[in-house]
Amino acid sequence: MKKIIAIIRPNKLEDVKQALEEIGCHGLTIKDVKGRGRQLGITESYRGQDYNVDLLPKTEIEIVTKDDEVEDVVKSIVKTGRTGNIGDGKIFISNVEDVVRIRTGERGDKAI
Amino acid sequence: MDPVFNSGDTAWMLISTALVILMTIPGLALFYGGLIRRENVLNTIFLSFVAFAIVSILWFIYGYDLAFGQNIYGFIGALSNPFFNNVVESNVLSTYAPTIPEGLYAVFEMTFAAITVALISGAVVERMKFTAWLAFIPVWLTLVYIPVAHWMWGGGWLAQMGALDFAGGTVVHLNSAMAALALVLLIGVRKNKKLLPHHLGYSVIGTGLLWFGWFGFNAGSALGATNLAVSAMIVTNSAAAMGMLTWMLMDKLKTGKPTLLGALSGAIAGLACITPAAGYVNFSASLIIGFAGSFCAYYAVSSLKSRLGYDDALDVFGIHGICGIVGTISVGFFATSAINSSIKGGLLYGNPGQLGIQLLAVLAIGAYSLIMTLIIGKIIDKTIGLRVENEQEINGLDITLHEESGYRLS
Repeated sequence: MKKIIAIIRPNKLEDVKQALEEIGCHGLTIKDVKGRGRQLGITESYRGQDYNVDLLPKTEIEIVTKDDEVEDVVKSIVKTGRTGNIGDGKIFISNVEDVVRIRTGERGDKAI
Repeated sequence: MDPVFNSGDTAWMLISTALVILMTIPGLALFYGGLIRRENVLNTIFLSFVAFAIVSILWFIYGYDLAFGQNIYGFIGALSNPFFNNVVESNVLSTYAPTIPEGLYAVFEMTFAAITVALISGAVVERMKFTAWLAFIPVWLTLVYIPVAHWMWGGGWLAQMGALDFAGGTVVHLNSAMAALALVLLIGVRKNKKLLPHHLGYSVIGTGLLWFGWFGFNAGSALGATNLAVSAMIVTNSAAAMGMLTWMLMDKLKTGKPTLLGALSGAIAGLACITPAAGYVNFSASLIIGFAGSFCAYYAVSSLKSRLGYDDALDVFGIHGICGIVGTISVGFFATSAINSSIKGGLLYGNPGQLGIQLLAVLAIGAYSLIMTLIIGKIIDKTIGLRVENEQEINGLDITLHEESGYRLS
C-alpha cells in the first residue's frame, strides 16, 4: 500500500477530485495548507509596508491506495492539476505499513 | 433656537446616539480585531467592548456632570446630579441642544466618551494586561477625557476663546491618539510587530459600520434634524470617499498596487479629518480635507512610524492623531458662516484669528493628553504592570488571559 500526498493549486481541487472519482478512487482527505517551493520572493503589502511572506495557500490531497493503483492515481492528478506554470505543486509517494478500518477492525488492502 | 421640545430633532438624536454606539461595538472592535494575529482576536475585540461598558456606567454616575455641568473656572463642570438623579424625572431640555431632552444629550455625549477610550486600545493590542486596561479606563476617562470635553464642548476655556471642534477632532481623535502614543512609549514594542492582518474581512465589516455610524457622529453633532445635519452628512461622506481614493493612489505610487486595507485606512483617515470640520465647511473644502488627512496619515503610518520606532500597533496616532490635527487646523482655514451661522469663519473667509485659536486647541489638548496619560500609565505600570508576561504574549492573549480561542478546528 502507498500513501500519495499531492499538493496542488486550491482552484484545481474540484477537477482533480472529479478525475479521481472517474478512475474509482473515492477515499481521500483534503487539507488547506500553506507552503513554498522554488518560487520565493512573495510579498504582501499592508499600510505601505512590504512583508516577505513566502508562503502560498495550497491544497493537500492525501490518498492511500493499493500498490497497483498508484500509477493511475498519480497520472490522473498530474493530468488534471497541471497548468504548466510555476506553482502547480508536487506529489509525494511513500509506503504504508498497515491500514485499520475502525468500524470493523479489518486490516490491510481490505481496509482501504 | 427656541428652547421648545421638538420631536423631529429628538428622533434624529435618538437614532444618532444608536449609530455612534454601533461605531464602537462592534464597528471599531471588528476593525481592530481583523488586523491583529489570530491568537489575539478576542482580546482585541474585548478591549473595545469593555471600554464601552465601563464608560456607559461612569458617564451617568458623574461623567456627564463633570464634562457638561455648571462651568467651574473654565476647567471642569460641577457635579450637581450624581447618578443622573432627577435629570430625566424633571423633564428638562438640554442647555446645549434646547430642542431635545437633557437625558438624550447626555447619552449622545456618552457614546463619544466611549469610542474615545476604545480608540486608544488599537495602539496597545497584543501585549497589554487586561487588568491594566480595566484600571486605565476609569482613570483616563475621569482625568483626561472629561476635562478636555469640558474645555471644548462644556463651556470651558477653549470654548470661551472660540475654538471650534464640531464632532471631536481634538476631543476624540487627537485626545485618544496622544494617549495611545503615551501608552505605547511606556509599554514598549511587541515581539512580533508585523502588521499581517489575520482576517481582513472583519476589518471590512468594521469599517463599514464605522462609516455608517459616523453619520450619527457628525450629522448628529448638529444636535437636531436640521439643514446643518444634512450638510455635515454630505461632507462626512465626501471626505471619507476622498480619503479612500487618496490612500489608494498613494499605495499605487509607493508600492505599486492599491490595497483594500489601504482603502479602508484612507476612508477612516478622511472621516477622522472631517470630524472637527463637519458642521463648518462646504463640499469643496471636504474634498481638500479628506485628501490632506489621508495623505498625511499615509506618510505618518508608512514612514514616520518606522523611522521613530514606536510600536503604535494599529496606527491610532498615525491615522486618528494626524487627521485630528489636520482636520482641526483646516477648520481655521475653511470654516464659513454660510454653512454655520453661529461662527465667524476661518482664514479664507476673513477671520485669520480662528487659525491661531485652532492651533492653540491642538497644542493644549495634545500636550495635556500626552502628559496626563504618561503619568497615569506610569502609575499603572508601577502598581499593576502594563504588559503581559513574555510567555503570554507568545502564546496569544485569548488563551492566556481569557481561556478562549477565536477559532477552533471543530
